[in-house]
Amino acid sequence: MTSLQRQKIAFALLFLANLLVIVPVGLIVFIIIQKGWPAMTWQFITDIPRQGMRAGGIFPAIVGTIYLVSGAIVFALPVGLLAAIYLSEYAKDNLLTRIIKLAIVNLAGVPSVVYGLFGLVLFVSFCKFGASILSGSLTLGIMILPIIITASREALESVPHVFREVSLSLGASKWQTIRHIVLPNAIPGIITGTILGIGRAAGETAPILFTVAAFYLPRLPSSVFDQVMALPYHLYVISTQVPNVDPKITYGTALVLLILVLFVNLIAIIIRARFRKKKKW
Amino acid sequence: MRKIKEFIIEKLIFFCGLASIFFVILIFLFLLKEGLSLLTIVGPFEFLAGKSWYPISEPPQLGILPLILGSLFVTIGAAIISVPIGIACAVYIAEIAPAKIKEVLKAGIELLAAIPSVVLGFIGMMTLVPWVKNLFDIPTGLTAFSGSIMLAFMAMPTIVSIAEDALYSVPKSYKEGALALGATHWQTIYRVILPAASSGIVAAVMLGIGRVIGETMAVMMITGNAAAIPKSILQPVRTLTATIAAEMGETVVGSEHYFALFAIGIVLFVISFAINVTSDFFLHKDQRV
Repeated sequence: MTSLQRQKIAFALLFLANLLVIVPVGLIVFIIIQKGWPAMTWQFITDIPRQGMRAGGIFPAIVGTIYLVSGAIVFALPVGLLAAIYLSEYAKDNLLTRIIKLAIVNLAGVPSVVYGLFGLVLFVSFCKFGASILSGSLTLGIMILPIIITASREALESVPHVFREVSLSLGASKWQTIRHIVLPNAIPGIITGTILGIGRAAGETAPILFTVAAFYLPRLPSSVFDQVMALPYHLYVISTQVPNVDPKITYGTALVLLILVLFVNLIAIIIRARFRKKKKW
Repeated sequence: MRKIKEFIIEKLIFFCGLASIFFVILIFLFLLKEGLSLLTIVGPFEFLAGKSWYPISEPPQLGILPLILGSLFVTIGAAIISVPIGIACAVYIAEIAPAKIKEVLKAGIELLAAIPSVVLGFIGMMTLVPWVKNLFDIPTGLTAFSGSIMLAFMAMPTIVSIAEDALYSVPKSYKEGALALGATHWQTIYRVILPAASSGIVAAVMLGIGRVIGETMAVMMITGNAAAIPKSILQPVRTLTATIAAEMGETVVGSEHYFALFAIGIVLFVISFAINVTSDFFLHKDQRV
């Protein structure tokens, strides 16, 4: 066998490996759309679950997820953005910065269920927030912090150094430079990172298991100290804990969750693509 | 006035910069606070190597060896499947694929990364589990093997994207040098580029495995949740993560069972910490070249 023939075989095998990943992804999305689509009625989206979650809709779960994700962003975006500004504009190349970077990597790697435990002791018991939107949002917020920090930092660091130098040479202070020159140029990247964080927070189940998620609660929350249903947990419940649920309803719930997460990701991709085209430097 | 304002803002920025360190320490401390209470009841060796997990019997038996083995079976299975396929995907995307196919493949892998684990668990229950049951003609398809397949799939985005970055960071001159000496593209890839990117690829594999060990929902829905020492990969198992997720809801705060679940949390935290620190070391080693 010549080396060129060997190359052909190797490349074919590598291509095959890709098919092994891509084809199932396509199939999964296709199956969920195909089996979940018949459930997608206006009533399914806007009604409360009925007959022990075997009929009716998933409205409270959708609302719950939106509340939780909003709460997580309200907490994680300011902290994450300021942390990113520190790393890109202030941090020197020293041990402290190395430790911060390592901590971010570790925070990103902590298993999601451990976040659940942490939220349970710190927010539910220690801070006495109880199982509530507040506890769940804060737990999710800490979980997506590394995503927001990393994306924002990349966006800030990609603003050319000249911009800062010109601003400083014109007499602006360091903070004025960051506020009026660096931040506006980094906004698309920051938004992209935030949106990816939203997508992650919307789909996670383990961190909200013990901090907020209600098994069955067919009404909307009235304060941040209320429990809520959440889409991912609802899907878990109706597919494993409740017997004899019409597959149409489970697939329908999976489809709504999938659409929500993919829609959010799509927005991030579009913003990123537009920004790349407009980039002036 | 402006100076005071800026001083405050800069201090705030500094404190937020430290937030990640603060949270990592906080997570560890709170896990210790609850988990270490277990040591007054069960010794560390008894806990880690105890062969039976019957947390609600009287007295409770809190040995997590079956759970560790459950996690290990699933993780090793997933690694055997995902490492070769993942690296192959990364090589194809980084080195061989034409621009258009590359875009499609990358989009597909990003799509996979975005699908929530509970959705993958659900779809695995509906499709993969019956398939495994019929294929091996076993009483239930909820096995370590099904979990391995699903987790291999879920580790793929991590492995592919980090390995791809490692391949890109190999200097162009290496490749050009090899090609100029008459090597084929394939010879260049596996004799020059892969060895040069090896430490980044090791990091990719480690982070992929970290993802697998920490995965909770999909694994809880697919592996059958039997807390017994598994003898074969075609038996139901229960992993460390699934145990916490499945049992925390039913424990009494302050009971032995409750402390034991936190102690499992400590084990998971330490494993993920070790994996992340080591893989970070490998990634930085690569950058120095």
